[in-house]
Amino acid sequence: MTRAFALVVAERLVHLSAVDVVIIAFYFALVLGIGWYLRGQSNTSEDFFMAGREMTAWIAGLSFLSANLGSLELMGWAAAAYQYGILATHWYWIGAIPAMLFLALVMMPFYYISKTHSVPGFLKLRYGEAARTLSSVSFAFMTVLMSGINMYSMALVMKVVLGWDINFSIWVSSLTVAVYVALGGLRSAIFNEVLQFILIWAGALVIPVMGLIEAGGWNNLKAQIAVRASAEYTHLWSTLGTFKDNPMGIHWTGIVFGLGFVISFGYWTTDFLVVQRVLSAKDLRSAELAPIIGAAFKMFVPFIVILPGLLALAVLPQKLVGEGAAIASGGHSYNEVLPLMLSRYCGPGLLGLGITALIAGFMSGMAGNVSAFTTVWTYDIYRALIKKNASDEHYVKMGRWTTIIGVLISVGTAYLVMQFLSIMDYVQALFSFFIAPLFGTVVLGMLWKRTSPQGGFWGLLAGTLSSIGMWFWVKFDPTALRYIAFSSDARAMAENMYRALWSWVVCVAVTVIVSLMTKPKADSELVGLVYGVTPIPRETGAPLWQRPIFWGAAVFVAFVLFNIYVW
Amino acid sequence: MRKEGGISIWFFVGISLLVNGALILGAGLWELAHPPVNPVVLFHLHANAWWGAVLFALGILYSLKFSPKRAS
Repeated sequence: MTRAFALVVAERLVHLSAVDVVIIAFYFALVLGIGWYLRGQSNTSEDFFMAGREMTAWIAGLSFLSANLGSLELMGWAAAAYQYGILATHWYWIGAIPAMLFLALVMMPFYYISKTHSVPGFLKLRYGEAARTLSSVSFAFMTVLMSGINMYSMALVMKVVLGWDINFSIWVSSLTVAVYVALGGLRSAIFNEVLQFILIWAGALVIPVMGLIEAGGWNNLKAQIAVRASAEYTHLWSTLGTFKDNPMGIHWTGIVFGLGFVISFGYWTTDFLVVQRVLSAKDLRSAELAPIIGAAFKMFVPFIVILPGLLALAVLPQKLVGEGAAIASGGHSYNEVLPLMLSRYCGPGLLGLGITALIAGFMSGMAGNVSAFTTVWTYDIYRALIKKNASDEHYVKMGRWTTIIGVLISVGTAYLVMQFLSIMDYVQALFSFFIAPLFGTVVLGMLWKRTSPQGGFWGLLAGTLSSIGMWFWVKFDPTALRYIAFSSDARAMAENMYRALWSWVVCVAVTVIVSLMTKPKADSELVGLVYGVTPIPRETGAPLWQRPIFWGAAVFVAFVLFNIYVW
Repeated sequence: MRKEGGISIWFFVGISLLVNGALILGAGLWELAHPPVNPVVLFHLHANAWWGAVLFALGILYSLKFSPKRAS
């Protein structure tokens, strides 16, 4: 989103009726009501920060997915589908499903058995204080920054779509999130995320259903896209043989190794924003099943995000363009795909529900950021570095205040971004600096007992610094792209993926070399943290269909079949 | 998830679907009786009426099944 987006449309895209306004108001009342109802159930730190570790697999799984399903994600990827075609689906399938299954079946036992409160907390147990501090400070900083940027972007969307004042959108939505998370802690965030997940589907599902009816089914849709855009827009893999043959300018190696391996595994297995939801599960089996349930639903998200973008290519009378061209011509930009499709099919009531879905998406993402920030600040920074031996009640109070302060910092960031829009171009890159190396550090720590505390810390630091270094290299010398992404034809997305891949390689290499030169921890200190020295409970007596491995395999088979269908 | 003696999240989901479904169904029926001057595309399918009815029915089901009275 940029300032241009706000200028593209001089007047609002949709007009709400009275019933639409009632639906939106009812949504705000309900989420606040849930927070108020749960206020008495978060009096201990275990309740406030970990939701009492008593969530079922379904609730943890839906919440796990909902925290990621922000409205900017919905609008952004619908726009990407219009611009790049079905290639955008890679971010939902190979860019998510294998990593979610890996989290469930390989990593979750160590996260869960170690009883850690957070991912930085796991680094403390495995590597020591230095790795935890590096990880927690970078995570806390980036989380509130991202939260503020999302907040500003969402307010811009509301201004363009509904004509709402930016200040009104920022304050109403952020204060609502602050109130219900401060009152009910993680439990309140999770309850509302489940509700928001249902509302997102209820509000967004009408568009692909009506769109497919209008287009005359999937085969007719493909034929119309081939005429109006290009046949390449409906192929997922067959155009990825070279950088030049597809609209994204990307090679299959970037998708498989950069996105499918490093970026995806880094985000879904080590970003505490999503992992925190799974850690709230009531037992190990639920914690393993939760990401599998999330993966099953994630596989169908393209139906409400990518398909509307493809349908727009076929049915919208006007051609959408980039933001610069939209300003020059007075037309509509890619970013407006979802609101345009919403207003095309949705009359009074349905329109309100669709807008509620966008607001719900924004709030679930923001609540995820805020609750994760609160936990990392309280456990991994405040308790670890500032006040070590306070009472449980003190930390809960700190958590409530941190929630409010975190939201206020996010609001401040939103206004900062408003003044310096170029920040937004850099923050996505900044966030990626930490995720890819962190995955290397965590996965080596879990699977290789020889990894030493010094290896973990220096690997994480080297991976992060190398990522930053590569970013600056290309920034000041664009020809460097041919070394990092193997081709000067590579575009921004491809550069991100290869940079992530290289920073992961650097992290792993430095971790291994330093570990081999330094003394590892004794096996007795690694019990519950590392493969090979941790007894993992297995459900040998349970029937096959009750085991997480069975459902993980079923989701993986469906994932492969879907990819083949749109090859 | 239900705390002892507490309300299930699915009850809240049911209430949300029930109220939203009723409002959307009502708006759809109103449009049936008073067709708009500028209808949406595929207006003749009356998406808000049938989608509202689906949400309303699901809302009743969840509200009753996970009702706090039934739990106690």
